[in-house]
Amino acid sequence: MNFIYSYGNVILCASIMSEGLVVAGKTLYDKVWDAHVVRQEADGTALLYIDRHLVHEVTSPQAFEGLRLAQRQPWRVNSMVAVPDHNVPTIGLEHGITDPVARLQVETLDANCRDFGITEFNIGDIRQGIVHVIGPEQGATLPGMTVVCGDSHTSTHGAFGALAHGIGTSEVEHVMATQCLIQKKMKNMLISVDGKVGAGVTAKDIVLAIIGEIGTAGGTGYAIEFGGEAIRDLSMEGRMTVCNMAIEGGARAGMIAVDDTTINYVKGRPYSPKAEDWEAAVAAWQDLHSDVDAVFDRVMRLDAASIQPQVTWGTSPEMVLPVDGKTPDPAKESDPVKASGIRAALKYMGLEANTPITDVQVDKVFIGSCTNSRIEDIRAAAAVAKGRKVAANVKLAMVVPGSGLVKQQAESEGLDKIFIEAGFEWRAPGCSMCLAMNADRLEPGERCASTSNRNFEGRQGQGGRTHLVSPAMAAAAAVTGHFADVRTL
Amino acid sequence: MEKFTVHTGLVIPLDRSNVDTDAIIPKQYLKSIQRTGFGPTLFDDWRYLEPGEPGMDHSKRTPNPDFVLNAPRFAGASVLLARENFGCGSSREHAVWALTDYGIRAVIAPSYADIFFNNSFKNGLLPLTLPAEVIDQLFVEAQATEGYQLTVNLAEQQVVTPSGAAFAFSIDDFRKYCLLNGLDDIGLTLQHADDIRVYEAKRQQTAPWLF
Repeated sequence: MNFIYSYGNVILCASIMSEGLVVAGKTLYDKVWDAHVVRQEADGTALLYIDRHLVHEVTSPQAFEGLRLAQRQPWRVNSMVAVPDHNVPTIGLEHGITDPVARLQVETLDANCRDFGITEFNIGDIRQGIVHVIGPEQGATLPGMTVVCGDSHTSTHGAFGALAHGIGTSEVEHVMATQCLIQKKMKNMLISVDGKVGAGVTAKDIVLAIIGEIGTAGGTGYAIEFGGEAIRDLSMEGRMTVCNMAIEGGARAGMIAVDDTTINYVKGRPYSPKAEDWEAAVAAWQDLHSDVDAVFDRVMRLDAASIQPQVTWGTSPEMVLPVDGKTPDPAKESDPVKASGIRAALKYMGLEANTPITDVQVDKVFIGSCTNSRIEDIRAAAAVAKGRKVAANVKLAMVVPGSGLVKQQAESEGLDKIFIEAGFEWRAPGCSMCLAMNADRLEPGERCASTSNRNFEGRQGQGGRTHLVSPAMAAAAAVTGHFADVRTL
Repeated sequence: MEKFTVHTGLVIPLDRSNVDTDAIIPKQYLKSIQRTGFGPTLFDDWRYLEPGEPGMDHSKRTPNPDFVLNAPRFAGASVLLARENFGCGSSREHAVWALTDYGIRAVIAPSYADIFFNNSFKNGLLPLTLPAEVIDQLFVEAQATEGYQLTVNLAEQQVVTPSGAAFAFSIDDFRKYCLLNGLDDIGLTLQHADDIRVYEAKRQQTAPWLF
């Protein structure tokens, strides 16, 4: 029989077995973790085996250099897939990369991959794109895998019931050399989004609302499993958007249980298992969900119907409002530390307290990034842009597809023409203005409606002001010139 | 990796919560393929009045007089006192390299983001955690007292103030061992190469599609 214990925000579910022993079920995270432990030390440290290592140009050169200095070889090169994305220009690619520092970094990746025999999707290859878009697109991310990359948004791949998280460059080198990571197990958190979201409310709105609730450090030390009807209703693209931003809630890993949506997405991709391997894999993947009596250290429930389209107002993803909201008033905040945080954020963002967010005008619009550059995102933005024009006060509205294949798919559906007709720029794939390592950036004081994941000070360019929104809401801001409720356009 | 045993150093108080790694080292400097040279651009956007780019002579830029790092009394500081959720955001290890290249050996904060915390240990930087009320007290003392130093004793797991007050901190045994001895953990892991091969062979039987 099952008991449910609830204490504060902790819910424990345990099965009482006939012998009287209490044996809790496993969470999805427990299962994937357990399947990858090579060694367990007494102090809780474990050696965890890594199935897939994704590599990009920014966080790998020092790791390759470390391998060479120690005269080590990669443990298993076929676990690695590399792609340049952060520095790649989204315009004028026929001239190559004109920034010499960026060019050297991309050429260094090319040379390292050549020297060590690592598969790389180079610039110009239709498969090139943002690392967190191309991994799933190629089937290189599979259910139940451990996936790492020297990038915090590796949490994206958890949408496939994989344990995926970002690592630093030293750990990149460690995984290259040993195929393992030294890890301590994280705690388990369940975030259940119950019921159905309303029309016009997307995966991005769900995850921004979650971060607004738990805060940017709320998930620190946890692997978060996202569950509930509203999560199960999402496509794989939507699930990737949700898991992508787990790190903005402090959790290195976000995960979603495997179901038919997952399996249908994975089937037939270049790296996906074939023939009898496929049958065996699908059978194994059926277990990639939390047991009904699994124990979570923390549980949070959200009513999907209460979620509205979201817009961030400040300099941290937790500073978020529903579209009918107003900027906060520090005078009404009793906690002095929080009040000073609000004041500093309002000042940086050039906003007054108590301003309806829909009164705020934008200078630029960015639709792209590993959060929102997949085909479904492009379609959602195009549906809003269709038959409309970018507002006169918007200096630049750009759409940056997540990969060459997403771009090709969008063009085959005529979406590029819809955007161009409306006055958007249609660019080549890359990380682009999410972090502004290439030429795509905000000038000081410019305000941007962005489908990316971070609104930190200077993230999109020094002095730039970022408001995070969904693709549909970004398109709505582009055509109206200010934040607007996409449901009432 | 440089060993960390006992370190006594000048304390610099950075009184902001949620300091993200974009603030610690802005993106334009991540184009470097080196591990060194990030010190002059640590906290770049807060530290200088003009925008910075790689390849500039940063000593010729105008320091922001309102930023704590530029106060003459904190020159040469090696212990960074910070607020909660320090190092959140991007996984860039360049943030740790910028701190160590500047000369920081230990960070003291109530909490850290996970990836930054992990990255620190790989570079001989000790990120230690003390309770928020102790941190509040240290902020008051560091701001009030010119030349305020703290001693961080890793073996004893203690932070000692100039008045002799000692605060205990906890740390994983394995991390402590690596820091005290300056050990490269790749070498340690490779001592278990046989275990890794055994695991791989077994996994290849049960999940061949992963190989």
